[in-house]
Amino acid sequence: MNRIVKFVVLDILKNRIVLVYTFILAVLSWSVFSLEDSSTKGLLSLLNIILLIVPLVSIIFTTIYLYNSAEFIELLLSQPIQRKKIWLSLFMGMSVSMLLAFVIGAGIPLLVYEASSVGLMMLGTGCLVSVVFVAIAFLSAIITRDKAKGIGISIMLWLFFALLYDGLILFLMFQLSDYPIEKAMVGISALNPISLARILILLHLDVSAMMGYTGAIFKDFFGTTAGLFVSFFLLILWVIVPFYISLLKFKKKDL
Amino acid sequence: MIDIRHISKNFGKFKVLDDINLTCSKGECIALIGPNGCGKTTLIKSILGIVLPSKGDIVFMGQNIANSFQYREHIGYMPQIGRYPDNMTIGQIIEMMKEIRKSSAPDEVLLHQFQLKTLFDKKMRTLSGGTTQKVSATLAFLFNPDVLILDEPTAGLDPLSADILKEKIIEEKQKGKLILITSHLLSELDDLITQLIYMQDGKIRFHKTIEALKRETGEEKISKSISMMLKSGRHE
Repeated sequence: MNRIVKFVVLDILKNRIVLVYTFILAVLSWSVFSLEDSSTKGLLSLLNIILLIVPLVSIIFTTIYLYNSAEFIELLLSQPIQRKKIWLSLFMGMSVSMLLAFVIGAGIPLLVYEASSVGLMMLGTGCLVSVVFVAIAFLSAIITRDKAKGIGISIMLWLFFALLYDGLILFLMFQLSDYPIEKAMVGISALNPISLARILILLHLDVSAMMGYTGAIFKDFFGTTAGLFVSFFLLILWVIVPFYISLLKFKKKDL
Repeated sequence: MIDIRHISKNFGKFKVLDDINLTCSKGECIALIGPNGCGKTTLIKSILGIVLPSKGDIVFMGQNIANSFQYREHIGYMPQIGRYPDNMTIGQIIEMMKEIRKSSAPDEVLLHQFQLKTLFDKKMRTLSGGTTQKVSATLAFLFNPDVLILDEPTAGLDPLSADILKEKIIEEKQKGKLILITSHLLSELDDLITQLIYMQDGKIRFHKTIEALKRETGEEKISKSISMMLKSGRHE
């Protein structure tokens, strides 16, 4: 299996889009930290950038790469390798490449300017979010044979998780503000990996006071060690579930 | 060697393969012909396990291929359209295949004859269609497989390279390997094949040896005898 992973990684790392992605992340991170006077402010700006760009590039690039690899996957299938291994190798190759791009682009400035627990936390969640969206891309690429449709699904999913979801939650909060929905909010935000990542970082930055009563509930839940573990576990679940469903589909797929 | 038993395949409502029965044995060179969309490639892909049949069994060297993958080490496959990851070089592709197959003594004759060694550092993205076909052909023959499955092998190759490939096919046939070829260029098949399968609408119209075909129609050329067969409707 490692044999395929190695070659996939070599192939992707030479891809121009990934190089540009790394470069943009690096430019943004370095400039954000050198422009802001306090590194906390820098972290906050970087958080918003990361939570917008990382999912977008991860999901779209992975989807396109998978569609372009259709014939290559076919060739691998005609070799004595299990289907499961091919899919898993592609996933590992994709994830490793996206992680490398993220760590080189955003991770290095992050560690230089903010080598605290919050900085490490951000690095960790950034990595997890990358892998989560690679996994989601695997799912949307396997759902349909049509490349345009598959990329469309990916863009819609990104839009939904990155922008629409928050709007929906705000709407719900206003509509149901007369009811005690704060606990339910914790549950609802677990359904979106980007929200989950954002809450995790915000709580560790100690700006949760700005979030009012809901923030207090979040802090109560996510702030404890148990909460931390639960949210990390949830993010990992966001990797495993979409990938596992895509794997089941891939095993039965005609190429 | 390959036993295909009552294979059917539907893509949605469309029936691509309809209850196909076929036996292929060693030392034969079988041409699979028929109009576009008659199910040739689907049949080949079913044997390779790339397409999973809706019904029926395929038995390869006495072993049912459903849920099995090891059997593929005996097959060399040359796809109709080869596409490889853009930034891999020819050398990397071949190296990767060698690592996957763990082969000790690869057959690099085609590699030399196609003069691919000089292009080893070229990225796949920059290659012409014909050179990509050469890479596909080299990969199919690289590991001395017992069965060769070639989907439109000479399409896109220049005449010289097509000849090299045909020589190689004949050589492998003489070694007693089973070779399955699909092609639209009937004239190319003349000195290659020993059996012929004609498919139409997902069914096998006829499966005959070349001698029988020529005897029945009284024609010397394969292409002519096939058109005779089809016109006279003397098929099974």
